[in-house]
Amino acid sequence: MPFIEEYQRIVALELEARKAITHRLLVCGASGCLSSGGDAVREALAAEVNARGLGREVQVKGVGCMGLCAAGPLVAVDPAGLLYQAVTPADAGDIVASLGSGPVTRLLCPTDTPFFTRQLKIVLENSGLIDPERIEDYVVSGGYQALIKVLTEMTPGEVIDQITRSGLRGRGGGGYPTGLKWTTVAKASGQVKYVICNADEGDPGAFMDRSVLESDPHRVLEGMALAGYAVGASHGYVYVRAEYPVAVRRLQTAIKQAKRLNLLGNAVLGTPYSFNVEVRLGAGAFVCGEETALMASIEGRQGTPRPRPPYPAEHGLWGCPTLINNVETFANVAWIVRRGGEAFAAIGSGKSRGTKVFALAGKIVNTGLIEVPMGTSLREIIEEIGGGVPEGRRCKAVQTGGPSGGCIPADHFDAPVDYESLRQLGSMMGSGGMIVMDDSSCMVDVARYFMDFCMTESCGKCVPCRVGTTHIHDLLARITAGKASEDDLRLLDELCELLQGTSLCGLGQSAPNPVLSTLRYFREEYAAHVGEHRCLAGACGATEEVTS
Amino acid sequence: MEFGKVGQPSQDPRWRMVNATMRQHGNRSQALIETLHTVQETFGYLDEDALRYVASSLRVPFSRVFGVATFYHFFSLKPQGRHACIVCLGTACYIKGVPKIIAALKERYGVGPGETTPDGELSVLSARCLGACGLAPVAAVDSEIAAKLTPEAAIQRVEEVMSNAVH
Amino acid sequence: MKPQVKIKTLSIDGRDIGAREDETILEVARENGIAIPTLCWLEGLSTVGACRLCMVEIEGSSRLLPACTTHVEEGMRIATDSERLRRYRRQIVELIFSERNHVCSVCVSNGHCELQSLAQALGIVRVHVPYRYPRLDVDASHPRFVVDHNRCILCTRCVRVCDEVEGAHTWDVSGRGVDARVITDLAQPWGASESCTGCGKCVHVCPTGALFEKGKSVAEMSKRRQFLPYLTLMREERR
Repeated sequence: MPFIEEYQRIVALELEARKAITHRLLVCGASGCLSSGGDAVREALAAEVNARGLGREVQVKGVGCMGLCAAGPLVAVDPAGLLYQAVTPADAGDIVASLGSGPVTRLLCPTDTPFFTRQLKIVLENSGLIDPERIEDYVVSGGYQALIKVLTEMTPGEVIDQITRSGLRGRGGGGYPTGLKWTTVAKASGQVKYVICNADEGDPGAFMDRSVLESDPHRVLEGMALAGYAVGASHGYVYVRAEYPVAVRRLQTAIKQAKRLNLLGNAVLGTPYSFNVEVRLGAGAFVCGEETALMASIEGRQGTPRPRPPYPAEHGLWGCPTLINNVETFANVAWIVRRGGEAFAAIGSGKSRGTKVFALAGKIVNTGLIEVPMGTSLREIIEEIGGGVPEGRRCKAVQTGGPSGGCIPADHFDAPVDYESLRQLGSMMGSGGMIVMDDSSCMVDVARYFMDFCMTESCGKCVPCRVGTTHIHDLLARITAGKASEDDLRLLDELCELLQGTSLCGLGQSAPNPVLSTLRYFREEYAAHVGEHRCLAGACGATEEVTS
Repeated sequence: MEFGKVGQPSQDPRWRMVNATMRQHGNRSQALIETLHTVQETFGYLDEDALRYVASSLRVPFSRVFGVATFYHFFSLKPQGRHACIVCLGTACYIKGVPKIIAALKERYGVGPGETTPDGELSVLSARCLGACGLAPVAAVDSEIAAKLTPEAAIQRVEEVMSNAVH
Repeated sequence: MKPQVKIKTLSIDGRDIGAREDETILEVARENGIAIPTLCWLEGLSTVGACRLCMVEIEGSSRLLPACTTHVEEGMRIATDSERLRRYRRQIVELIFSERNHVCSVCVSNGHCELQSLAQALGIVRVHVPYRYPRLDVDASHPRFVVDHNRCILCTRCVRVCDEVEGAHTWDVSGRGVDARVITDLAQPWGASESCTGCGKCVHVCPTGALFEKGKSVAEMSKRRQFLPYLTLMREERR
């Protein structure tokens, strides 16, 4: 097979080129560090290296997300294993001068802290180590080996079998078993099938998918190509938010590179399997994360959901059987194929296997991106890895699952993070956003914030969601304004139940969750607003109404 | 000219970009959203002539084109200000004080999210989440993310782009 | 030759019923004289499952399902009328009343309105949610018809009949959420629409007084819908 020889030749060339390099300076180029000046740091380092005539031995490289956004821009020194934080262009001289001798101590970011040592990386294994704009980097790290293995050694059924054994479940929120989904699409009758990658990461406070696409786009493409082979699809779409320009650009670059090496396109690696991928841009509609709405949007229409069944696996894009998984789900696939389903299933707890990527944000010291085994406790994630709440304040709750999730109070932090436990606590896994709140946040106001979001993002198709979300929002606004009565609280309960029971899609059905979870754990705050016209957190009255 | 077909609104060379997007998708109706993205990117907004032309070229009913253009909040039917300050309304930004930033912008420039100053200099916009939650609160001022903002820092950043830009 | 259609047996409200496998719960219920309330559904148009009034309970499932889009299955045990369903239906109708300005006493469709008769059938005497009182337009620019957005419930029957039966697709929905509106063409006045054929189908499928003929006064606008099953039948025959 000439194409596989070409692949091996690229690996050999790349390894050869690396022999001359004695030091590598890896500069984070993900959106977080870019916005704190990462680009200027990279340019300054490169200029410094050239000025000293070290161009051959020292390589300056833009890489993907290193995780600790709070300390950006970050620069890693390889092979010394050093990490520098809050680097400015003015530090370039000292950093380059120090290579081979001691570290620049004033910039050192300790890497023996729980933030680094407690993580286990599968999805993020290449993030922060490879240049996302070079396919060679991905290939040298074992990229596309799973695809070669599958095309030369495995049947589609064997691929699905490995995914089923791995216990992988959808990382977009619902937690549907991935192997089962693939099996259904594979069995569905139809000449034409599609694979869609849902990258319409809409939960406010979540940036896992953006980071994966910005840091390791080939990983997602390889996962899609493996899925296409397994279910019998030859065409794929990545539906990505237009608000993520860096991710879109890197994804498009990656598709071009993979096509050039025949890893995507017609007759992949000279085999009869073809898989073409196109990027489709979202246009600012949260509801398009719902799979039937997403498909309507790819078809060029308003993103309004339709009743299921029929499910996309049987009747999807243009009526054809369609597999939809999210970015993180696809990002696990190549690893599972390379290492085997059992290796993946060995990680995690209960019915939640493998790892999960979380975005830590809000009132937490180490804001950033982490990946931990399923089943890790909230306490370990927030207090140890996340470093707890800053400024000595008291941690009140963590919000998971975005507008479909709920607020979990601090006294439940010993709960393990898995699909079932979070659901029992009245929240959900969601896509992986974790927003930590301290005692200055009013939980009624937080519920109102999420209802404002759902109201603005409701497509308006079904009555309960269209009208119900506005009423629930108005009621919450009355409560925070101290103008509500006991009757209003009763109406709030009734409307929440109606939306859960009768809304057409997941957006409406789960819209009451932030309200119900705060009612469950922080009822005294509601009672204080209604009975005493008082906000226990002292937050209400200070905030302006925010509607977009 | 075919009967009922709407011609290109003008000789403006930017229409070539729009035509290229439509051609790339075989002038099929499914290209509607991609095409509207191109129009918005090249012209800054979607006007009636553009909607008519795209509808006719892709054979999509007028009312559906209008429906799509107004369903998705990324599209704008009105011209935007010379400078844009997109404030993030994500959860992390909200609990870290974005409402105060919006209030400060409103007080200083008299415009709230979705509005443009009468002189067309500044549009204040909102995004449901810019995905830079680790740096909350953030705003994108003329496409550059300004991180860990305070109300004062936000105003300062907006003032910088408004005074630096060459008109 | 028609393919063999399988027959399924199921029970609705305790009655054992046989149904073709391609039928929906709503169709089977109507054939058997069991009334399930609907607003967006109309025979002869595609189903959208948007009003959520026809939700039914199915034994063994915690989720309620819309009767209009759910196909029958062997052994299904369906309840169309429980205390919970009646409560939800009343709440949904109340939400519709609160959303815009439905003032029956001055409405052209008073006495001929599906929303009004539904409210009566469900025993609604008071709306428990606050009225929103939005300010909405009345567009009388068309020579023969009027659209009054105050009475529109966004059932999209007009959009569907215009697209699926007339083939003009003059109507669509602009915006989203509670700001959604039915529009003609590029949201111009209806009278200026280039695609409208003036056939009036939209007016006659409209369940409320949102679309009506000019010259009709209070309570005078009754709608004629016979054409829809007729056209459907004739078209099926032609195929």
